[in-house]
Amino acid sequence: MSVTVFIPRDAVALGLGADQVASAVARTAEARGLDVAIVRTGSRGMLWLEPLVEVETPEGRIAYGPVRPGDVDSLFDAGLAEGGAHRLRIGRPEEHPYLARQQRLTFGRCGIVDPVSVEDYRAHGGYRGLEKALAVEPVAVVDAVKASGLRGRGGAGFPTGIKWNTVMLAEADRKYVVCNADEGDSGTFADRMLMEGDPFTLIEGMTIAAVAVGATRGYIYLRSEYPQAHETLKAAIAAGERAGVLGTDILGSGRSFHLEVRLGAGAYICGEETSLLESLEGKRGIVRAKPPIPALKGLFGKPTLVNNVLSFAAVPWILEHGGQAYADYGMGRSLGTLPIQLAGNVRQGGLIELAFGITVREVIEQFGGGTASGRPVRAVQVGGPLGAYFPDALLDTPLDYEAFAARKGLVGHGGIVVFDDTVDMARQARFAFEFCAIESCGKCTPCRIGAVRGRETMDRVIAGEDPGANLALVADLCEVMTDGSLCAMGGLTPVPVMSAITHFPEDFDRSRPMPLAAE
Amino acid sequence: MPTHEPWSAPRAAGIIAAHTQREGATLPILHALQEAFGYVDAEAVPLIADALNLSRAEVHGCITFYHDFRAGPAGRRTVKLCRAEACQAMGADALHDEILSRLGVGWHGTTRDGAVTVEPVFCLGLCACAPAALVDGQPVARLDADTLQAALTERLT
Repeated sequence: MSVTVFIPRDAVALGLGADQVASAVARTAEARGLDVAIVRTGSRGMLWLEPLVEVETPEGRIAYGPVRPGDVDSLFDAGLAEGGAHRLRIGRPEEHPYLARQQRLTFGRCGIVDPVSVEDYRAHGGYRGLEKALAVEPVAVVDAVKASGLRGRGGAGFPTGIKWNTVMLAEADRKYVVCNADEGDSGTFADRMLMEGDPFTLIEGMTIAAVAVGATRGYIYLRSEYPQAHETLKAAIAAGERAGVLGTDILGSGRSFHLEVRLGAGAYICGEETSLLESLEGKRGIVRAKPPIPALKGLFGKPTLVNNVLSFAAVPWILEHGGQAYADYGMGRSLGTLPIQLAGNVRQGGLIELAFGITVREVIEQFGGGTASGRPVRAVQVGGPLGAYFPDALLDTPLDYEAFAARKGLVGHGGIVVFDDTVDMARQARFAFEFCAIESCGKCTPCRIGAVRGRETMDRVIAGEDPGANLALVADLCEVMTDGSLCAMGGLTPVPVMSAITHFPEDFDRSRPMPLAAE
Repeated sequence: MPTHEPWSAPRAAGIIAAHTQREGATLPILHALQEAFGYVDAEAVPLIADALNLSRAEVHGCITFYHDFRAGPAGRRTVKLCRAEACQAMGADALHDEILSRLGVGWHGTTRDGAVTVEPVFCLGLCACAPAALVDGQPVARLDADTLQAALTERLT
């Protein structure tokens, strides 16, 4: 009897030895004369348990993890094929508290399906959204997205339906759909996980968008730091073309949509949409002034719909179940679910998709299980390198765009990075400037020069040179960058800097001798 | 371990010609050249400019804007170490100091025997199992100096 074993090929799983585990499973099965079929999947998102190996049994899939190549023999001895008892046995993954408490709308298939199989995708409910979209007028599709309350998941939180409407109404001989897959924020990996684990959800979302706005050509602009996602996307697009869900006659509708992946080249700024478009056109990734907005004048001057991976990926569910069903999740004006990424110094890091509204503390305590080092949490950065550092007192902030804005922070792409009490917040503030200096596109002065001067001034603060005057200078500089920068790179670099100074002032007064850093 | 061809202008012209019909072909061409030769030779600039009807300045400006493109060959192995916040939270700064001093190089440096080039990178998306690195494009999570050494040795054979 054939047994199916599922082993992730998500980059984290690979980074922890999943390929070696897969070889060991194949080798051991052969040596024991067992008929084992190995399916390489994405990750379920319980990343501390990777490589998480699952086996199909009459009771459903049974998981074991984290599995090392050296564990494979004993797994077979324990009756892996029947889901036998073993010290690494997790049981049914969906019953694990980490997954059982989630609300997986976008990530429902991730870690379960074969990422490059259209057949498997459809067997798990895929392409129902596109079928519905093809059966109605484009305006009905846009209305569903509007009704869902979906806001851009890339960080800016702009209402997605409004953007779609603008591109739909724009008149042009050609329009484009562009996916921003330049997921550069530290602590974020939801885009990567989805592209590696369930790329057809993104592809279906982009196809629905193309049908709605009247585009026939699309690009996924993917960062080059994700070579595994690149391979998976290319394979998925080729499979989609063979299966007739991409190309000249999608699902027999007579509509065409050609999709291509383009690689970035290591520039963080290309996650800014106008810089991304310049890069796609083959130029330096220099930010454009807006207006004109890309929805009217985007790629090659044509109306272009630019959305983040997670925005597109939310759409198939919305079309299948209706906009209101999606809007029933969430709080205030932050509706639907947010794929939260928990990372940094945390015991149980991973992907947690939940309705907006859970607090940062609940995420860290209920899902993260505390710090990896076992030391107390001191600071938490939410929303990537341009997000605020929150102290313990602010951890009860709910994940909600407005609640974060009210505390001078941002939800961003939903990444949460935990730091323990060994963190030096003056160094983190300096790093925010340094990062901006390295990654600034150079077009506007507040960002290009401000970041460099900010780093130099922070060096003086750290050296204990007149901290009062130098911190006043940093605050002044931050005001100029906030008000005078062309885009969010220079405009938001002050957020991590000022939050560090405001919430952790004790780390900035270096005129007194510093206590020795713990350990 | 990736192997690269020695620079050849006719071969480069062939690679460029395969992409010229694509929209916004510059980046795909630069990636293809670097994949073939391990870097983008200065002699490629006029070839690309002619093929895409751009000025040499535009092509040169594009190459130098992006961190990925190299002007000269790298070492036989390339290690990209993540310097971003999630890795910092797991002690990446101290780890990087140790790795760089063990190898006797600075950022962007290549070891004297030409074996390893070390480059900084900001986020590899492996943030839940930090610190992280890419060794010749292969991810390494929960990195320490010994696992890096193992990854370098293992893939040499």
